[in-house]
Amino acid sequence: MRRIVSDVDEVRSGIRDRSLKVVDVRMPAEYKAGHIPTAMNLPLRTLLKDDSPETVARLAGSLGIDRATEVVIYDDTFGALASRVAWTLEHMGHHTVSLLENTYSQWSSLGLETDNAIPDASAAAYNPVMNDDILATHGDLESPNPDTILLDNRERLNYLEHHIPGAMNIPYRMLASRDGILRDPQEMRRIFENRGIRSDSHIITYCGSVGTLSGLAYYALRTAGMDRTRLYVRSFKEWRDLDKPVEKQPDANYWDLSAE
Amino acid sequence: MSRPQTTHARRESPVPVMNLARMEEADAFAQTVKEFRQGKYPEDMFRRYRLQHGAYGTRMTSDYAMIRIKMPAGQVHPSQLERIADLSEQFSINSAHISTRESIQLHWVVLEDVSEVLRGLAEVGLTSREACGNAIRNVMCSPTAGVCPAEVFDATPYAQATARFFIRNPLNQNLPRKFKFTYSCCEQHGMARIADIGLIPQTRTVDGRTQRGFRVFVGGGLGNKSYVAHQLEDFTPEENILYTSIAVVRLFDRLGNRKNLARNRLRYLVNQMGWDKFRNLVLKERDVVRATQSVVVKMPVEPPIPEITRRVHISHRTGETPAGYARWLKSNTFAQKQDGYHTVFVGLEAGDITSTQLRALSEIIQEYSSEGTGRIGFNQNIAMRYIHEDDLIPLYSRLLEAGLAKSGALTMATPIGCSGTTSCNLALTNSHRLAKEIQREFLSRDLDNDDALRTSSIKISGCPNSCGQHGIATIGFYGGGGRMGHDMYPSYMLSLGGRADAEAVLGQNILRVPAKRVIPVILRIIEIFRERAQPRDDLKSWIHRVVMNGDDTTIPEIRNMLSPLTTPPTMDEDPDFYADFGSDSSYHTKTGRGECAA
Repeated sequence: MRRIVSDVDEVRSGIRDRSLKVVDVRMPAEYKAGHIPTAMNLPLRTLLKDDSPETVARLAGSLGIDRATEVVIYDDTFGALASRVAWTLEHMGHHTVSLLENTYSQWSSLGLETDNAIPDASAAAYNPVMNDDILATHGDLESPNPDTILLDNRERLNYLEHHIPGAMNIPYRMLASRDGILRDPQEMRRIFENRGIRSDSHIITYCGSVGTLSGLAYYALRTAGMDRTRLYVRSFKEWRDLDKPVEKQPDANYWDLSAE
Repeated sequence: MSRPQTTHARRESPVPVMNLARMEEADAFAQTVKEFRQGKYPEDMFRRYRLQHGAYGTRMTSDYAMIRIKMPAGQVHPSQLERIADLSEQFSINSAHISTRESIQLHWVVLEDVSEVLRGLAEVGLTSREACGNAIRNVMCSPTAGVCPAEVFDATPYAQATARFFIRNPLNQNLPRKFKFTYSCCEQHGMARIADIGLIPQTRTVDGRTQRGFRVFVGGGLGNKSYVAHQLEDFTPEENILYTSIAVVRLFDRLGNRKNLARNRLRYLVNQMGWDKFRNLVLKERDVVRATQSVVVKMPVEPPIPEITRRVHISHRTGETPAGYARWLKSNTFAQKQDGYHTVFVGLEAGDITSTQLRALSEIIQEYSSEGTGRIGFNQNIAMRYIHEDDLIPLYSRLLEAGLAKSGALTMATPIGCSGTTSCNLALTNSHRLAKEIQREFLSRDLDNDDALRTSSIKISGCPNSCGQHGIATIGFYGGGGRMGHDMYPSYMLSLGGRADAEAVLGQNILRVPAKRVIPVILRIIEIFRERAQPRDDLKSWIHRVVMNGDDTTIPEIRNMLSPLTTPPTMDEDPDFYADFGSDSSYHTKTGRGECAA
């Protein structure tokens, strides 16, 4: 099975022997101030302006990435932004994409090397072969397979306020470990299994707007061996824009328990 | 404001973590939830199990739980605050709630995740075992025990020993109903008279030797019907505390009413039997307990911790004293009996604290408290003790940055509000939000600064069951529904003159006040006080005189003065009147089954 998460040692040795490309998805200013050596910058924000396969393929190609390139992606937002970029490449048929096990802050607080040199890249041709098995659309949610488990990865109060009918809430904060973007797979499996999610379950994840938090959940499920997982990448924002039905936890003023 | 430059030597707390946790209970809970979902347990049996492990159901749904984390004697370590912060983000609503019984609650936890929370708690020595259900609940102790200038000795080790002795004890696994212990530091700072068993330290001299003991109070408590406790005897020596406790618990177990859930607390038994008769039974039972223990049963009181010394750090201020410091110092802190040290209460709204604030508090305790722990208070708050007086200004700056420096923590400007309709099945009104609204109003009017109001209290329950302790408030409220023609509106019964100190008495009901008129009514009471009271009066002593003796004015007169404020407008005149706080739709009462007596 291919690697979903790359640990620090794997990435450092891949950098040394030039067997992988590191992709930093933070904002250009953050990237310029310091990044993991050899990392290229592919800001999530740029990708989200137009995430059509043609545009993303052009972007990736300009960074010297083709569909066979071994890519490791990181961010500084608990892995959610990196996940969304990773999922986009995977959706274009790129099978050698993984997430760095921790964030840029965690990487640097471990005293690992950082750099602000911007590497040269010779352009490559990126030919997408769409892999819609990992994509869910609102149509899939309107007439779901009765066995499909729908996961909402927003915070609890937002979920209680309104969610897609039938969804189960797994807030993205449940997914991280103390020193990495994801828990140990065994622990993760235990938590999912407590919720009745099994390795053969059909799962769709979604979150508030662009599929970042639910992108992270997508990879969390994959590390736990739940391979039949899809991302509803347009998420709750599209669902609401389309005026689809929503469900609410009624008769309780839960917001007033928050000290925010 | 410039941030003070401080260099700190962080160190482990000299106070050891009291670990009552068992990791295997988390695993068993996960398994039991699975089997319950598979239909292997009847609902009632599962509910008892869940409650025994500290997980309540939630308003209108049993798919979510409230987990009540016990803090014996209110003591909480920085690492534990950090862990609760993590768990609140992972499994709850990014905020935790501090209860009036020195527990910290996580609300809206998915039932299937409860085991994960129990696991995370056990890793840092915390448990929710017997925090709910028909068991001995969290053993409380004044947050000021050990530092209170008026106390005779520190009750903390006794409270912890009581918790340690009874948790998982077979004596305590199937009581007729819940049972509460409260230790107080002294007569003024305690709740000893509103517990099933309340204890206040005292000493006496026998043959030239000082003997430690307690004044023991039995059979008090707040609820649908509240009672002030009776004192068992003049002096109960410390070696008799455990025997006395066991004797009362055994009597309750044997004689308590197991048929009528609404009347099965110890206080009803005492009241029904008559105090003299019950007292004799306790004294006899105590002799039996002492004579029949097969092994020597002693209270597991820990030796006192070594003297607390100031943390080594250099604290030099830059810039001016931050605004609001004097007001905060006056209303949130007091000088300990130990020279040069202060206790600081953190100001919260109705006991709610965010995960970020919990982490900040953990850091601040490690940096500034020489004992290195926090102590949960009686009023949905947290105290930090052994703060050196030279550190008060930098500490205040840190609290300000964390949004934890609200003034008025020790005044009536910080009302108690139970969780109400935010999560509780029994609630009729949003008492929780109302407490926050009153606090904001009081602080904006600077009323926390008013010496005449300082000692009074406001306490609000969302139903008659008293979790908000309205019965012992100077100004108390409990929720219900009012009606104007066909339209319902949220409302509260106002009570006046309750207190829990040496002159403990329950408040007297005055009149029903619509929710949206509660704040004007409180302000009017303060006006009446200012018009009528003698110069030496403060609000608390004045209301006490009015209620007890009819001095200066009478209850009917007060009722007449307040009632114009309580007249309902029509729905057309003021639709907002018909909606509760935190809600924009019309009010209707809705309750589920209570689990307090399950």
